Amino acid sequence: MNDIWQGIVEALRLVFSFDADLFEIVLRSLHVTVTAVVIASAIALPLGAWLAVSRFRMRRFTIATLNALMGLPPVVVGLMVYILFSRSGPFGVFGLLFTPTAMIIAQVIIITPLIASITHQAIRDLWAEYHDLLISLNTTKRQRIATLIWDSRRSLLTASLAGFGRAIGEVGAIMIVGGNIDHVTRVLTTAIALETGKGDFALALGLGFILIALAFFVNMTIHILSKTEREGRW
Amino acid sequence: MSHPSNIFPLKIDGVHVRKRGKVLLSDISLALGGDLTTVVMGPNGSGKTTLMRLMHGLERPRQGSLQWAIPNEQARSQQSFVFQTPIMMRRRVSENLRYPLKLIAMPKQEAETLVEKWLSLTGLSGKEKLPAQFLSGGERQKLAIARAMITKPQVLFLDEPTTNLDGQSTKEIEALLATVKADGTCVVVSTHDLGQAKRLADQVIFLNKGHMCEMTAASQFFKKPLSRPAQQYLDGEIVE
Repeated sequence: MNDIWQGIVEALRLVFSFDADLFEIVLRSLHVTVTAVVIASAIALPLGAWLAVSRFRMRRFTIATLNALMGLPPVVVGLMVYILFSRSGPFGVFGLLFTPTAMIIAQVIIITPLIASITHQAIRDLWAEYHDLLISLNTTKRQRIATLIWDSRRSLLTASLAGFGRAIGEVGAIMIVGGNIDHVTRVLTTAIALETGKGDFALALGLGFILIALAFFVNMTIHILSKTEREGRW
Repeated sequence: MSHPSNIFPLKIDGVHVRKRGKVLLSDISLALGGDLTTVVMGPNGSGKTTLMRLMHGLERPRQGSLQWAIPNEQARSQQSFVFQTPIMMRRRVSENLRYPLKLIAMPKQEAETLVEKWLSLTGLSGKEKLPAQFLSGGERQKLAIARAMITKPQVLFLDEPTTNLDGQSTKEIEALLATVKADGTCVVVSTHDLGQAKRLADQVIFLNKGHMCEMTAASQFFKKPLSRPAQQYLDGEIVE
């Protein structure tokens, strides 16, 4: 209990002393995670919607695979990205290993199936509701997908926020591909892992509370900006 | 602006529709002109909805042929369908009306004029900013008709449009259909409300158990129908 209390005190000290290192780490965490969520959403939202409205051979298998990929172990993803981007790997020439870009790539791989799967579920339900209307109105597949994405945008926001939640708290993959290099690739989660390893539990907990507060703040901000749960809105 | 080609007549020849092993329509043959209001009647499960969906292209025939005067794919864009349970898009009332116009890329100014016109015709002016799902049953059905009519199709299919609605809403919807008809749109409506059929029909298609029993002028049908099931139906008996 004493450790938790010390963690809260440490978190407050870090925030109110305007610790430069802390703000650098927080900003990097946000940069990596938000970029990954934006890229993953750009891939996963149309993909999930397309899967919901399309009928093709192996569709069930594809959806089952996508759902299974939601549980992709981050450490394995990290390891694969590491191998692909290491000097001897096929993408080694880009020199991206141990950079925030490699961390973004790993996070995109981890959260894309999650966002696509939730999107597929949300759009499938709306497609069942809209099916006859959109067919009757002679819409093209592209128009159907655009309409379904727009009309289920609040559910899809939840999908993206779920991706954000997974990415902001992720440590295994980004530790491997980022290397936790001070002032280069250190983010909140890798800093917590480092401080825990050093035995500085108060600082680790303090960073942990800041991480929780950050995730809470981002979710609340998006919730308020998108005006969800207000009367007369979906 | 070029006028769309006339899609009538519709010719259906020997059509069978089967779904999940069940025969929904059997050996249907008819020709439909664009000048008469057609009412599709019959007891529950007789195939009214399936016939309407078939004509609109939402169902495919297993056997037989269905052909409009122009290729069926082109003809679809000149038709609209109002479903028994109106499908409300998760948008405001005005956005529901704007949607079909956006699909055909109508200029904004022209689209707004039409939206205003149909809001006024349906009595929904003042409710344009409400989410469509906040409307009452009658208002939803009127919005669905307006959304279907806003692109001025040549034919409007309505599947039991006033089921579960009160007398006042039914009256308003029938008045709206009179406007639609006066505007030159052919109306095809399914109903099992005899009074409504008498008020709307120029001709009647009577279905029973997936078979077309007759297609008769309304005056003849309500005086002396040609088929026994239709006579039983009009007499309020259980149709066999």
